[in-house]
Amino acid sequence: MENTGSIDSLGSKRSSSRQPSVDSLSSTSTSRSDWSTHAAKPTFAMSSDNVSISTEFSPELRVLRDSKEEPQLLPKESVQDMAKDVTYICPYIGALRGTLTVTNYRLFFKCMDREPAFVLDLPLGVVSRVEKIGGASSRGEVSYGLVCKDIRNLRFAHKQMEDSLRKSIFEILMKFAFPVSNGLTIFAFEYGQVYPENGWKVYDAQVEYKRQGLPNESWRITKVNDHYELCDTYPSTLVVPVNIPDEELKRVAAFRAKGRIPVLSWIHPESQATVIRCSQPMVGVNGKRSKDDEKYLQTIMDANAQSHKLFIFDARPSVNAAANKMKGGGYESEDAYQNAELVFLDIHNIHVMRESLRKLKEVVYPNIKESHWFSNLESTHWLEHIKLILAGALRIADKVESGKTSVVVHCSDGWDRTVQLTSLAMLMLDGHYRTIRGFQVLLEKEWLSFGHRFQLRIGHGDKNHTDADRSPVFLQFIDCVWQMTRQFLAAFEFNEYFLITILDHLYSCLFGTFMCNSEQQRVKEELPKKTVSLWAYINSQPEEFTNPLYVNYSNHVLFPVVSMRHLELWVGYYIRWNPRMRPQEPVHQRYKELLAKRAELQKRVEELQREVNNRSASSSSERAGSPTRSITPVQTFV
Amino acid sequence: MIIHCKDLRVFQFSLSFSKEEDAKKIFQGIVHHCLEPKSLRCLFAFSYCENTSYPEVQRKKQTVMFDSVEDWIQDMKRTKGNCRVVSENSNFELSPKLPQFFIVPSNVSDEDLTKYQGKGLPMWCWSHHSGCALFKTASIPLVQEDNVPQTYMEKMLTAVAHNHLYSVKTEDLSDTLPAVQDILLSYNKFKQFFLIDNTTEFWMSDMKWFSSLDNCGWLDIIRQCLQKAVEVVECLEKENTNVLIMEEGGSDLCCVVSSLVQLMLDPYYRTLLGFQSLVQKEWVAGGHAFLDRSNHLHLKDKAESQSPVFLLFLECVWQLQQQHGPAFQFSETYLTVLSDSVHVPVFTTFLFNNDSHRDNILRAESPHTQRSPLNCPTVWDWSVQFDCKAQDLFTNPLYSEKPKQDTSVRKSYRPKHLRQLSLPSSAFKTPPKKGFFKDEADNLKKILGVKRLSRWMLSPSSESPQTSSSVREFYEAWQTKPLDYHGLLLPCLDGPSIRVWMQRYLRWIHDVQILGGGPVAMLSKVSEILGEVQELQRQLDRHGCTLTSNHKGARPRAKTASVIAARSSVRLSSSFPFVTSRNWLFKPAIPTSLLQSLMVTGMAGNLADREDDGGGPESLV
Repeated sequence: MENTGSIDSLGSKRSSSRQPSVDSLSSTSTSRSDWSTHAAKPTFAMSSDNVSISTEFSPELRVLRDSKEEPQLLPKESVQDMAKDVTYICPYIGALRGTLTVTNYRLFFKCMDREPAFVLDLPLGVVSRVEKIGGASSRGEVSYGLVCKDIRNLRFAHKQMEDSLRKSIFEILMKFAFPVSNGLTIFAFEYGQVYPENGWKVYDAQVEYKRQGLPNESWRITKVNDHYELCDTYPSTLVVPVNIPDEELKRVAAFRAKGRIPVLSWIHPESQATVIRCSQPMVGVNGKRSKDDEKYLQTIMDANAQSHKLFIFDARPSVNAAANKMKGGGYESEDAYQNAELVFLDIHNIHVMRESLRKLKEVVYPNIKESHWFSNLESTHWLEHIKLILAGALRIADKVESGKTSVVVHCSDGWDRTVQLTSLAMLMLDGHYRTIRGFQVLLEKEWLSFGHRFQLRIGHGDKNHTDADRSPVFLQFIDCVWQMTRQFLAAFEFNEYFLITILDHLYSCLFGTFMCNSEQQRVKEELPKKTVSLWAYINSQPEEFTNPLYVNYSNHVLFPVVSMRHLELWVGYYIRWNPRMRPQEPVHQRYKELLAKRAELQKRVEELQREVNNRSASSSSERAGSPTRSITPVQTFV
Repeated sequence: MIIHCKDLRVFQFSLSFSKEEDAKKIFQGIVHHCLEPKSLRCLFAFSYCENTSYPEVQRKKQTVMFDSVEDWIQDMKRTKGNCRVVSENSNFELSPKLPQFFIVPSNVSDEDLTKYQGKGLPMWCWSHHSGCALFKTASIPLVQEDNVPQTYMEKMLTAVAHNHLYSVKTEDLSDTLPAVQDILLSYNKFKQFFLIDNTTEFWMSDMKWFSSLDNCGWLDIIRQCLQKAVEVVECLEKENTNVLIMEEGGSDLCCVVSSLVQLMLDPYYRTLLGFQSLVQKEWVAGGHAFLDRSNHLHLKDKAESQSPVFLLFLECVWQLQQQHGPAFQFSETYLTVLSDSVHVPVFTTFLFNNDSHRDNILRAESPHTQRSPLNCPTVWDWSVQFDCKAQDLFTNPLYSEKPKQDTSVRKSYRPKHLRQLSLPSSAFKTPPKKGFFKDEADNLKKILGVKRLSRWMLSPSSESPQTSSSVREFYEAWQTKPLDYHGLLLPCLDGPSIRVWMQRYLRWIHDVQILGGGPVAMLSKVSEILGEVQELQRQLDRHGCTLTSNHKGARPRAKTASVIAARSSVRLSSSFPFVTSRNWLFKPAIPTSLLQSLMVTGMAGNLADREDDGGGPESLV
């Protein structure tokens, strides 16, 4: 079903419902048919002491009891403060008066005046900044604004404390919303839910490389980075050319930014063309060269017998790449690297992307401006960036698939734009990554193990919201994936809700998956031991995240069309808080009905078949068949 | 030689290898038949009909043509209207501008019918189950000082008001919606974005795509029409007042709005046959000047009356259909094909300006003089254009059919709906409360004194800010209720919800074809499952199992399966069924305008290749 109680504040988008689901805006008693079935389940104990021992993790029960003003708490979640008569100023409904509860995990607001009751339930991890707006008003109220990472802002107002010694609930909120800044632990380290599967086991580098047919005669798996000595932001398991000994790898590492040497990400099962990722070469102003690096890339090219060329995709605009020379970086010169061709993909840096998202938020939240929607959208450049990323990935996939050529992809450090490109190209090339589990593997491999700096880019638990390291790089990637699912409705095993759930838990700090910046840090923090993986939760109820239209195209390469004509703003994510933009019942619902009908009919046919067999068996061997029983089940069904 | 087609195809022929005279001939031939002014007689329809003996029998059993009194009476009965059917004009004695048959409020007297050649006469469109109804009229130009037209108008309004609850709202569309010329201008700008004949140009325009969409205003016109229709729906559904929409000719935007209102309110019109009947009723019998608006004859003096009003209507329908797929029995492909058929000068449906025009021409052209008029096919006989398999693509496999216990559901459902909206439960026979009635009448008289009739409104909906907020509230109230595909449907009008009709506009552009993707991928999967369901059912049948109506729903819809199942969905592109790439190559369209460097780094070769990739466009299946 939905997910753990805490989460559905975020997971407002549910494929099966047209009605507002439970989230910040809507209310609890929207009667949905699929909930009524759960209503029959016994409600488990509500006091926070008892919950921790409950093994039940179905979330909807909390929602059904709307008489309570407190949230259903998660294991190890505890109420920190509660304030009555707080006003939530909803941009759609207007001012609502209710009770505000802050726990060490969430903010929970409930207004009982409305029928059905209004509930706002969001994990504190989503909050990016809390600010007091103005001084006390004439009515003695102070108001607070919460800027959230998931494209919304919340505004509250409450009476000024008469007892000035007591801390306001918003001070408490600030403390728990930014645990890292306040010396507290992130909730993910406390959350003790037990799921049937250990999500940390979803990805095993050895298994994944084996699936790709590695090691083989040209590629070997090296343990040179076992203790993260070669490169502290790379995983321990790396795939490199057979002919290059570990000693030489170290010399190549010296020439690549942060020691992020070119390593294999993906190999084409037939042509042996490979997708290689790395960081920029340390060319500098003087055009430094490294024989080892040149030889290394030559070896990579040689490993693919189909082509005598190597394409180097530099994700940056050429101007930026050139500017990096001033800082000691740069790009491969075609003189130094023979047979290599360098292509710039013109994707902008994290700062440009952050600004673009900020503008997008202005355009879509809280209300869409009536006039010039498309011009406003264009002025944010958000879709333009999406287009450039997809176009880059498309060119990489095209070179590998159609050109049978190996490609090297890098940007500056090789952990932002590079990973967007390689993971999208792999998604186009390899149907395995389009399954629910395959996609988890893709994220674990390309993003997490290769050191996309989630902690810095998202700023988990950190109050420094102006940090220049924050950027929606991962969000952009998920948006690109969504654009692909729009074009290939049947090619992905997961649905939109799956993507939204991933994004929600990117911020929620409930699961350990997106904590830390690199594999090394995760090992050091013992994340697999101390936290729960998001995949454990998702894999415990895969049917929620499954696209009913999925056709296994596994051997099929997808080339999306990257024209603006086919790109769309992801309304289901960016504009989901606006009740007017709630989707109507999607096609999937109808389709699910059909599937159910098929299953039902199949069952009936099978039953009949069995009876026919039984009967024919009984008539031939004169065994005791029971003809009376044979017809009845079908007829009662009808 | 480059040919730009009305269905947005662009053909490029090289004549450099042909003889100059031949080239000239071809060129002149095309120009002669396509672009030069000519008389209606020269159209292909007439030579076509003369040479084809065409059986008339089939068409009647399907679409209601609204060319007989019975059709009108039946439609009025269906909607439980109680107005007066006028058949006096069957030979166009009253006025050639009026349809052969039409319905007016029962209080309209015979002498009123002929005044002003039918202008100002409220024509019944549709009755709401509460008893109130929608009327449309051509407004009378108020030029003279004398009060005659005005008193006539007042009389007509009173007649409309008498229909139900003694209430009426008027809506002058000429004031609130763009003029037909503006529609044409906007469409011509919009069209240019798709008449692209080379890749470079395409990718260049891609960068400014969104702002160009805004600038041409086409989507905004669509939004305005839908919004106006929602306003009218609100009056009928929420306030139960009669509505009279008017504009100068009474047969352009009136047709758009009235048909949209009926689509939103009446599930019957969302079926394939219902929709065709609606077009017959509102557009063909309603006297939309198809000939002038599409300018089949390329007459210079008619150039300014040209306007894609019917296309605008189809666009609006498409928007509704996108937002509420399962509510429509027909598919997107159907709408696309219909929009193309307007330009095929073979069908009587779209050839004439009104009933009498049609009648005159067909009689005059008849080969056997004084016999039956010339018998031309209507566009609804799809077999003229497409074979059965192709026609299967017209139905929406996901259409949620109405449960079989049709009538009982309807009865029990409707009153409930009324209650939900907290309407005055004024259903069919309202015993007029005296006081109430008197107030209204006084009010009416007072307002009728006002000079400008078009502004005569009981609702505040003439001021746009208020209107949009009222419409918004109406939409939100509707949205919170469970969706019923056989009840009222409202479109969402916010920015991202109004979209470009991809199938119609992008189908010929090779660079945007999604190979192995697009809606067809979903369609094929759905059809596959439907096929399986069907097969299982057949097996059950074979086993002698009787099936109840429960499962019948899936049956007629499974037809699409046969069409698509034959092809692997992987091999179909988003332009299916309009384009199938024959030499299907796996090469993505890479944007060229991204970077100049692209051209330098050897992409030129790639570019050159691409020209050959696009398989020649084949027609449906």
